[in-house]
Amino acid sequence: MSAVRIPPVLRAAAGGQKQVVVGGETVGAVLDGLVSTYPGLREQLLTADGGLNRFVNVYLNDEDIRYLAELKTPAGERDTIVILPAMAGGRA
Amino acid sequence: MSAPIIPARRRAASTSGPSIEADGRPHAHEGAPAHGGRFPSIVDAIGHTPLVEIPQLCPNPNVRLYAKLEGVNPTGSVKDRVAKYLFDDLVASGRLGPDSIILEPTSGNTGIALAMIARRHGYRVAVVLPDNVTQERRQLLTIFGAEIIDSPGEQGSNGAVALAKRLVSRDSRFVMPYQYGNPANPLAHYETTGVEILADCPEVDAFVAGLGTGGTLMGVGRRLREANPAVGIYAAEPEPGEAVQGLRSMADGFVPEIFDASKLDGRFLVTNVEAIRALRALGEREGIFAGVSAGAALVAAAKVARRLAHGTIVVLLADGGWKYLSDSLWTRPLDEMAADLESKNWW
Repeated sequence: MSAVRIPPVLRAAAGGQKQVVVGGETVGAVLDGLVSTYPGLREQLLTADGGLNRFVNVYLNDEDIRYLAELKTPAGERDTIVILPAMAGGRA
Repeated sequence: MSAPIIPARRRAASTSGPSIEADGRPHAHEGAPAHGGRFPSIVDAIGHTPLVEIPQLCPNPNVRLYAKLEGVNPTGSVKDRVAKYLFDDLVASGRLGPDSIILEPTSGNTGIALAMIARRHGYRVAVVLPDNVTQERRQLLTIFGAEIIDSPGEQGSNGAVALAKRLVSRDSRFVMPYQYGNPANPLAHYETTGVEILADCPEVDAFVAGLGTGGTLMGVGRRLREANPAVGIYAAEPEPGEAVQGLRSMADGFVPEIFDASKLDGRFLVTNVEAIRALRALGEREGIFAGVSAGAALVAAAKVARRLAHGTIVVLLADGGWKYLSDSLWTRPLDEMAADLESKNWW
């Protein structure tokens, strides 16, 4: 089971929770589990073909999964998955 | 960039440890001015920043870590480079008229640099600024003559970008250089920052910087990879506080037009607490006083260093610490700062 941190913008669709624990051997499987429990999240997180929405960044233990194995990145018990909206960066 | 009137003096070698010169490597910027030359104007003095080894911040003894100190630019940040290129682009493209007002969304540094450069030529500058940035940024903007338009702090930089775009669509006097989408932004780094890094440190294996607009990473990355396609390019990204994520849906998210995620090798999320810890360590162990995003870049650089068997990393420290003094980042206990860390735009 991985801990998944839910950003404020998605909490209404996730029962108001800040963090949920979801099983799955990959980040993709964890997200699938998350959206099956909270179907309102599917459209926000995933594209029609199951990829990550362009404005969604997902981090496994603080590293962007786009630079790991994307949704196939292995996820384990002590892992934390952070979901964040793409924001204009700082120091700009 | 104009050539200096006289060649710059070579900097004296450090007396407290090995320096670049002590390594027997050629001095930086052969044929170009080192930091501290003689220049026809303050704008010509932009860039030429020092590259300083910071071994105490490197967790891997087989890796050399160098910091590019952008805080020594004329207005105190890396954005001087970008603002110069953005302003030159406005002039070259004929977009500026006598009634024009240069308008830019910024969390501070770009606005300060743009105001410094454009006001010297008599242009009005207005910045759209989240209303929860540090006081020093407001003060500096005012000192350099910028007019400030507040955007909702809880919407962060996204809110500033959206408001600036609305204002430009309503008033034809506003001319927006738009650092998030203007190729002049990465070009500044391709033609200056990246060139300086290669001159000072041709053996560089990895480059780390804060994400921001993506301009630094895109421009420096392109230049470094022309010299060595295997160079790794890594971004540090702020973990936004709960109170500055005021989006209605993920579709309100924003990816800068100049940013191409495929050009990076990794992106690390860094919390404000981690960034401030690294910032304090940088001051205590290496005597360098830098801004919050520098702390975050150092956290990411340490992660990259741990993965390398050996090699050389350059990390860009985007600004100095002066603009953050009023928030006592160096003195307050971190656990007492929790609420502030969540509610401000620190980067």
